[in-house]
Amino acid sequence: MENIQIETDLKSSLESLYTERNISLFGSDSSYVAGLRKKAFDKFRKLGFPHARLEKWRGTDLSKTLATEFEFAMNAPAAEIDIESIFRCEVPHFETFLVAQLNGWYVFKHNPLTTLSNGIIVGSLAVAFKKYPELISRHYGKFSENAGEGLTALNTAFAQDGIFIYVPDNVTVPDTIQMVNIVDSDRNLMLQTRNLVILGNNSHLRLVQCDDSINHKITFINSVSEIYIGRDSTLDHYKLQNKDENSTLINTIYFHQESGSTLSSNSISLNGGIIRNSSVVELSGENSTANIYGVYLMDKDQHVDSQVFIDHQVPRCQSSELFKGILDDHASGVFNGHVIVRRDAQQTNASQTNKNILLTDKATIDTRPFLEIYADDVKCSHGATVGQLDNDAMFYIRSRGISESNARILLMYAFAAEVVNKIEIPELRQRIDDMVKKRLRGELSYCDQCVLHCSSEEKKVSFKIDLSKI
Amino acid sequence: MLSIKNLSAAINGKEILKGVNLEVKAGEVHAIMGPNGTGKSTLAYVIAGRQGYEVTGGEILFNGRNLAELSTEERACEGIFLGFQYPVEIPGVSITNFLRTAINEQRKYRGLDPIPAKEFLKSMEEKKKMLELQDKLANRSVNEGFSGGEKKKNEIFQMAMLEPKLSILDETDSGLDIDALRIVATGVNKLRRQDNATIVITHYQRLLEYIVPDVVHVLFDGHIVKSGGKELALKLEEKGYEWIKGQM
Repeated sequence: MENIQIETDLKSSLESLYTERNISLFGSDSSYVAGLRKKAFDKFRKLGFPHARLEKWRGTDLSKTLATEFEFAMNAPAAEIDIESIFRCEVPHFETFLVAQLNGWYVFKHNPLTTLSNGIIVGSLAVAFKKYPELISRHYGKFSENAGEGLTALNTAFAQDGIFIYVPDNVTVPDTIQMVNIVDSDRNLMLQTRNLVILGNNSHLRLVQCDDSINHKITFINSVSEIYIGRDSTLDHYKLQNKDENSTLINTIYFHQESGSTLSSNSISLNGGIIRNSSVVELSGENSTANIYGVYLMDKDQHVDSQVFIDHQVPRCQSSELFKGILDDHASGVFNGHVIVRRDAQQTNASQTNKNILLTDKATIDTRPFLEIYADDVKCSHGATVGQLDNDAMFYIRSRGISESNARILLMYAFAAEVVNKIEIPELRQRIDDMVKKRLRGELSYCDQCVLHCSSEEKKVSFKIDLSKI
Repeated sequence: MLSIKNLSAAINGKEILKGVNLEVKAGEVHAIMGPNGTGKSTLAYVIAGRQGYEVTGGEILFNGRNLAELSTEERACEGIFLGFQYPVEIPGVSITNFLRTAINEQRKYRGLDPIPAKEFLKSMEEKKKMLELQDKLANRSVNEGFSGGEKKKNEIFQMAMLEPKLSILDETDSGLDIDALRIVATGVNKLRRQDNATIVITHYQRLLEYIVPDVVHVLFDGHIVKSGGKELALKLEEKGYEWIKGQM
């Protein structure tokens, strides 16, 4: 694949890349996509990269990442790649429909865009741009472009490929769709991955998004997903992140919900250099529900940032946020849960909870639950806690004969379990449960392949305090 | 079995126990009574080895071992069990897993292999029946959302499963209605053997109608001021703690 070297200043390099290579890279865009790209580029040029003076970026410092020299994988891999040769998911009994991206490009064996039974379309966004211009102009760039976010504009300006999923009305997608984003390069790489998921009316989809790295070069992934959830539809969404410490992962998702729809999104962050999960939810139809959950277990110098913005635009919607994290060593975290209840959004029910355990006095968390309410008939609550492991509980557990170190793990596990237990897919829940235990015991490193598959031979999780079900 | 000699203990530098002497032999049930704030729970915590409870004088011997040398969990593995006045909730950990973990750690300490699953399940069934526990209770998270009575029953259930040599029940009767009290007492009585001992800490004589003690002690201002047979509890009930003060 062709890579383009950039010098020092990432922004000016991206600007010259855009201007000089515009025809060769983006020349075949439809006029709709080209228009979006142009507008987004101008916006990025104006906004630039985020910095600590921006309210929503106060706690996450990208300056080290931005000072790195990156290459961009601007051209698709030449040959077809057998996905099974680079990736194998080893969650037992976990039947999924697997779609993968390698360095941001959709990986396929036979067909870049498959139409399944019931009219479900899954495949490459680059191909969908050309094949389904009507769907693209109706949904692509619709929910992300108002965000005023420089990184989203950058993504739209450069995005070429990613995953495209379309589920027509009245369809329950039988298998869980698993989106795997693999980075494999011997150079430092910056990627603008882009996904578009369209869920029609009265349909159901389960989606698992995995982020992995294969080698240990510095990577900067700026991923943007747009997910449209139609009337009375249900989306169960999971994000699993187990990245190496040289990675910066900015994962921004724009959810748009129509009336009667239900979204449940759960991010599980186990390792990573800098991880920022940003969920923007537009509740634009009445009686819709959004549940945004997250659990993060970080140590060393890892940094995790959870940003939630829920926009209650209409009456009678519900939203809840529950984020729990354990930070060890010098790890740092940010939680920013912003709910806005518009003037007409009466009978809104919204709650925000963020709970943290800091295991050392060097670990930090910056937590800001935030409610902005313009309606008068609403029920809203928010709360945040930061603490250490509970001494009473430690004594209680040890008084039964359980060692101090295992009592600590047991309590940390119990703390995280509240979020993990919300995972609706039993096989996935069991597996993540095992990973959390391993992580807490210090036995989980970032995996060489899928976040669900450890590079080392898969041993049965031997747990001194055996928590496995009888 | 338990031999406490001239024990003094302090919390944050404040002396609570001021020279306690107590001998408990295998097969015996002792009751420790006394008004609030006289050091009953402190004594229980000091025996169990709670951090922050500093022994400032004297010693506690358990089957000949000086407890000062042992951590909380080692004391438990030696066979000391504390039934808590306020059991702690541990969301996310089922009673089954919690108990199996505790039993296996205790077995490991004694050089035994983990308990076979079948044997563990059989023991659970027996003990659940004995304490009239609901079947589903064991699958619930430890004490999470339990009523006061359920929490106390769960303490006795854990005691039954762990089969300690010495059980200290700290105000196990507080907050129990009469039915729960009867079940808890029946459990304690059924678990009574020649080779184990029980210390019942209580406020009221009521529990002692069900669990008949061999010896009753009155703890007052950090001292055991009076010891006697079960009739001492009745006398206390009748005359109140003021009577003890007059005796001093």
